[in-house]
Amino acid sequence: MTDILKPDKMPQVEEAVRWALTHGKALEVLGAGSKRAIGRPAQTDLTLDLSGLTGMLLYEPDELVLSARAGTPLAEIEAMVAASGQELAFEPMSFGALLGAPSGGPTIGGVIAANVSGPRRFKAGAARDHLLGFTAVSGRGEVFKSGGRVVKNVTGYDLCKLMAGSWGTLAVLLDITIKILPRPEMELTVLLFGLDDGAAVRAMTAALASNCDVSGAAHLPAIVAARVPSIATAASNRAVTALRLEGVAPGVAHRRAMLERAVAATTVAATDVAATDVAACGEGGAIEGSASRELWRAIRDVEPFAAAHTGADRPLWRVSIAPSKSAALALAVSGRVSGSGDAQVLYDWGGGLLWILPPPSRDGGAALVRSALAAAGGTFPASGSFAAASGTSAATGFIAGGHATLIRAPAALRAAVDVFQPQEPVLAALTKRVKESFDPKGVLNPGRMWAGV
Amino acid sequence: MALAMPEPDGAVLERRDRIVERLRAIVPGEGVIASVQAMRPYECDGLTAYRQLPMVVVLPETTAQVSSILQYCYAEGIKVVPRGAGTSLSGGALPLADGVLLGMAKFNRIREIDFDNRVVVAEPGVTNLKVTQAVEHAGFYYAPDPSSQIACTIGGNVAENSGGVHCLKYGTTTNNVLGCELVLMTGEVLRLGGKHFDSEGYDLLGVINGSEGLLGVVTEVTVRILRKPETARALLVGFPSSEDAGACVGRIIGAGIIPGGIEMMDRPAIHAAEAFIHAGYPLDVEALLIVELDGPQAEVDHLAARVESLAKECRAVTCRVSASEQERLLFWAGRKAAFPAVGRISPDYYCMDGTIPRAKLPLVLRRMRELSQTYGLRVANVFHAGDGNLHPLILYDANAPGELERAEAFGSAILKLCVEVGGVLTGEHGVGVEKRDLMPEMFTEADLAQQQRLKCAFDDKGLLNPGKVFPTLHRCAELGRVHVHGGAMAFPEIPRF
Repeated sequence: MTDILKPDKMPQVEEAVRWALTHGKALEVLGAGSKRAIGRPAQTDLTLDLSGLTGMLLYEPDELVLSARAGTPLAEIEAMVAASGQELAFEPMSFGALLGAPSGGPTIGGVIAANVSGPRRFKAGAARDHLLGFTAVSGRGEVFKSGGRVVKNVTGYDLCKLMAGSWGTLAVLLDITIKILPRPEMELTVLLFGLDDGAAVRAMTAALASNCDVSGAAHLPAIVAARVPSIATAASNRAVTALRLEGVAPGVAHRRAMLERAVAATTVAATDVAATDVAACGEGGAIEGSASRELWRAIRDVEPFAAAHTGADRPLWRVSIAPSKSAALALAVSGRVSGSGDAQVLYDWGGGLLWILPPPSRDGGAALVRSALAAAGGTFPASGSFAAASGTSAATGFIAGGHATLIRAPAALRAAVDVFQPQEPVLAALTKRVKESFDPKGVLNPGRMWAGV
Repeated sequence: MALAMPEPDGAVLERRDRIVERLRAIVPGEGVIASVQAMRPYECDGLTAYRQLPMVVVLPETTAQVSSILQYCYAEGIKVVPRGAGTSLSGGALPLADGVLLGMAKFNRIREIDFDNRVVVAEPGVTNLKVTQAVEHAGFYYAPDPSSQIACTIGGNVAENSGGVHCLKYGTTTNNVLGCELVLMTGEVLRLGGKHFDSEGYDLLGVINGSEGLLGVVTEVTVRILRKPETARALLVGFPSSEDAGACVGRIIGAGIIPGGIEMMDRPAIHAAEAFIHAGYPLDVEALLIVELDGPQAEVDHLAARVESLAKECRAVTCRVSASEQERLLFWAGRKAAFPAVGRISPDYYCMDGTIPRAKLPLVLRRMRELSQTYGLRVANVFHAGDGNLHPLILYDANAPGELERAEAFGSAILKLCVEVGGVLTGEHGVGVEKRDLMPEMFTEADLAQQQRLKCAFDDKGLLNPGKVFPTLHRCAELGRVHVHGGAMAFPEIPRF
């Protein structure tokens, strides 16, 4: 059993990293462990558990800012800001349902380290866009800070962006400062029933290109929608396309009317008009309040693909792609439309985010998903000038137009296939140098993202 | 001007003729500028107090040329300073005597407009405003709007992580850029991001934004475009004190309203702007707020009424809501002309750019008045009140002996004050050379060393834009050494399970 170090004072973190550095040990950096099963299986000597470093340091609602120790539970922060009518606008998802993680939910440090976001990503950003400042211990055993507590700050390199999404491989976060925003007064979700994937993406594109200020755009093929209690009855075995509006009541009512007009135009224009229940765009096609909130929580946490529905070992992929390419990608993976085959797909971010359960295969769908992404999104070299200038013209096969991550799979599979997307050689070399600039001896989560990083 | 830049490398200067010749082989025709007269326009950027002729100017047109230039300079140990339109207010594009000035002006085409994915792919020399102009026929715009947007380029916006008056609601450049093509100092080319969200690996795109041309040269940028809000209305609200105005901003935001923009002006700025533009600003108030609400008509009207009633509760003495688009633009005209307006009442002015926690505003303004007396120079304040970004304009006369030095000392004192109250040295203008030597006010040696190690990962010879941002240059080998203190102990104090 791996030894666990659980600091309860800040200097102990520094001490632990220095000790590991001196003794040539590798540390698994851990918050609450809710995302512990994401990434290449850990090859570490000890676990550095930060869940003991908790506490709110500052919360000023009028200034829209909050600071906390990195080990503070997200739930505690959310409850505190909710009491002031505010929220973390990037709507961080919970991986609990997908990964069967321990109860209690993630820490704020873990949310930042994995650059977590939610359905509002295209409007409000991800964790990266809300981290204003931090203090951390680098893999060199040195405490350093970056950023501050103000929104507008260009003093020095923006290391906040680098921390967000580094999966604990660069530095151990000690405390963080994030932007907090007002929670919308109300929300309403317009539902469209029975659209196939292509028509749904067109409808979502029209919605996002309108000035209705849509804050959520997701498409759940029939088999997926049937697993979401808040809409299953209304869906009655049809696909559901959901468009969320948030704000003050007069604005939401006004935008709903605009949105229904914008979307009706595309669905009528779609080739497969028969499949579209245009009537559903009217009065009956909307939910609000807790029903709407439940729907978006289910989408955010990818509940239809929870272990309870699919089995805990079923490989699950998360794909970020240009929204207009999403239906083609899903089609290539499933071999047919509407996720009705062995593959199942959930579309979020208007098509920019796909959650994919590929058909069962020995590599967990890695080759299928990545070749489909390459076909839909393009590969390097992306342009003639790029190829000529880089001198790596033969370095094809690296995906340029998006990325696919194996979010859930048994450890043996995560050891066998690339969990994070393989990088082209110039980027891979730069990534390695960046890692070494923070953690030259590979003390922090070595190999979690890629071998040697 | 007492500004220490890296010592010019005599060996490089001796080879100047050969270097020019070699660059001409890479960029034929008029793309290489070597005569003193023709290089004169490049000797400074928007921070005109500092001037330096470069060794040579080169204006490439393709990524392949940029790559070849950098590859050559890397091999030969020649410094390179990238430049967009040269509107930097912090000296980020200040040339080096022994450096190649790499002008990106010829990268001026928009490569793709993709409405389905709501992005524009542009070359870095395209101006900020041109991006909006390219898509406004379809009702779209590019959100970050620095006041130099008519001239400043997208590549420069990425380098500086430029802001504007709408940042609180729509973010700065870094929140609106999805991808770029980047050439490293070695000449290697890579792509970061694209039309999709988030980096899977390290968010290097996020680091490039705001890196002030020290990490790589951007040769293509993919930005997000947004649909223009249906309508916008502005409120012009006058207060008897800056404390009241500051409290009102807090009340509006605390009430859950995020306006498209909230600007504040103090008495000297109000008077200068009104005398210049005649926007109808009240002259008997100490502080003026412009609050802009954007969105659908019904929503804007609803929120305008709420802001008006909040303003009254905050002791506002005047409040006008724009009744037409013409009136809204008039409200803004005074604010947007604040810099030239101040230019009319003073021979010269020096624009500062600190950010502070908004609640500290009354304290900072009070201390600034004291400093104004100490240094014997007037100051006018315009303020992006929503996000705490302060632009004090220090009034001075460069022809009066010692005034420029006093203005600079006053400016430094203001920035130190910003840091002291929990703010930062620069909100949107960048560190450049201007604030370089103040960096230790905000960062420890360990903080700065870690930033410079990151620089080494991109540019191990330190050839790209050296002398900017960091007060002390260290060799990468020296920064890379690992010194462990206290690591030998077996951490007896840490709870273990």
